[in-house]
Amino acid sequence: MILETPAQRRALLDRSKTVAMVGASANPLRPSYTVFSYLRTQGRFEVTPINPTIAAIDGVKAYPSLAAYAAERGAPDIVDVFRKPSEVAELAREAIAAGAKAIWFQYGVINPQAIELADAAGLDVVVDRCMKVESARFNGGLATNGLNSGLITSRRRA
Amino acid sequence: MQDRQFGFATRAIHAGTPPDPVTGSRVMPLYQTAAYVFGSTEQAAELFQLRSYGHIYSRISNPTVAAFEERMASLEGGLGAVAFSSGLAAQLGVVLSLAQNGDHLVCSQNIYGGTITQFTVLLKRLGIETTFVPADDHAAIAAAVKPETKLLFAETIGNPAGTIADLKALAGIAHDAGIPLVVDNTFASPYLCRPIEYGADIVTHSATKFISGHGTVIGGVVVESGRFPWDNGRFPLLSEASPGYHNKVFTETFGEYAFLMRARAEILRDVGAQMAPMDAWLLLLGLETLPIRMEAHVRNARAMAEFLDKRPEVEWVSYPGFASHPQHKLAEKYLPRGAGSIFTFGIRGGREAARRFIDALELWSHLANVGDMKSLVIHPASTTHSQLDGDELRKSGVAPESIRLSVGLEDADDLMWDLDNALKAAVRATENAPA
Repeated sequence: MILETPAQRRALLDRSKTVAMVGASANPLRPSYTVFSYLRTQGRFEVTPINPTIAAIDGVKAYPSLAAYAAERGAPDIVDVFRKPSEVAELAREAIAAGAKAIWFQYGVINPQAIELADAAGLDVVVDRCMKVESARFNGGLATNGLNSGLITSRRRA
Repeated sequence: MQDRQFGFATRAIHAGTPPDPVTGSRVMPLYQTAAYVFGSTEQAAELFQLRSYGHIYSRISNPTVAAFEERMASLEGGLGAVAFSSGLAAQLGVVLSLAQNGDHLVCSQNIYGGTITQFTVLLKRLGIETTFVPADDHAAIAAAVKPETKLLFAETIGNPAGTIADLKALAGIAHDAGIPLVVDNTFASPYLCRPIEYGADIVTHSATKFISGHGTVIGGVVVESGRFPWDNGRFPLLSEASPGYHNKVFTETFGEYAFLMRARAEILRDVGAQMAPMDAWLLLLGLETLPIRMEAHVRNARAMAEFLDKRPEVEWVSYPGFASHPQHKLAEKYLPRGAGSIFTFGIRGGREAARRFIDALELWSHLANVGDMKSLVIHPASTTHSQLDGDELRKSGVAPESIRLSVGLEDADDLMWDLDNALKAAVRATENAPA
């Protein structure tokens, strides 16, 4: 199903542990590196780069494909996608084949066919959102920068 | 967590301030600290590279200030906010985030005199030129945009003449030209008008006014919608490698947060005009009562305008809530809850009568501020707009006999008693003076 509300995204992040990041770059100037590094150093997720052109990022072994990842590590909870929109329909098929529970399309990665494929296969789908930003929205990170988290609560954070 | 769109009053009290996770303190603690201890060298490096969220140094961010910023972003319907030490610093922050030497701005001429001076003198010295146009002359605004123009600036309710900006039309002109509409919303406050809902991209405030509400703080804030396409080719400061921050391309790294991140990580950091934590704490307190204060401000302002309108000593009242005001229709459209509590009127007898009127007041405070609980009065031509020459003065809507009122929350009867006495004293004295 396509997750459109903050509560749905929060629930997805809460129930997920393993993240296969397709298109993760080892170049510190690239947005994908920023997200990779953030999610890894937060310690909440096991993040793995999926990129045939590199062996590892910051000591974390990279896999050439989702199939290679799944063969060794099993189905990922979330496939996080940093790729050109035109290339992601095929990627959605690979994510389905790898048994992924959810597919997360980063900012600007919008491909209606890929969304429909993943949704029809029963994956949770997040579109045009950043996994770093959404994690930070719920863990208080956004608020440290004066960004509108949208959170209103009188409960103390556990 | 449940999905709910909370109302304005709820957000005015709660946004940005969940209970303190460490102590459970229900009030946002005052984090009166200059710097923050890092958890490790790795964490410090991540913070400096803008790869994780956290505080480094209070010139860049502070938890109490951040709570104020988030609350303002929530109330204006924005993506986020950056607080500054004053309203003028906030709008300078917007300009410096988008423009550099050789660039150009288009600005409504019906605005605060201090802004006109900042743009025509300070920015000009930095190589940024501004073209001023009447806020209601949409053809002239569109014609003033050049290839190097970076923004269109206007005030929701112009200071002091009460000119109401046609926000939807201005947003259309700006977006057709590929530039953002920047709106100073100080005189309306987000309770009376939220410019982002009408297409504005950036909203600025002097938080000193209604946001504080008590005249205790000098502060400013910038709120951004997150909707403007900063990668449209017109904003290299955001869409090209920034030598000020490890050659980061802000639009690539931060997506919709590009403007806000650069405004903080580069501009606030380098200009050093940050808000003090104590000031943010007071502003958070002020915001909690913004909805009920604005209702009462609007009610009292209408009572004063109607009172003055009937007086023989008064030549004219420029109050956008009156059908006779040139922008009354716009006021009804953009300010349905009321046209604010700041307006001008002209006293019979010109500058001299205006002077006598102000000197005869007992309860109204004669000072250079607006948006206080206390009722305030000033003579713009000799004070807030005195840097302007005769032509600029007339263009910004200030006449020699103009008196600006900021109607506070005292008993309306007491305020009218004071106005009554001062009007009589001023006009009687002026008319009895030897020719």
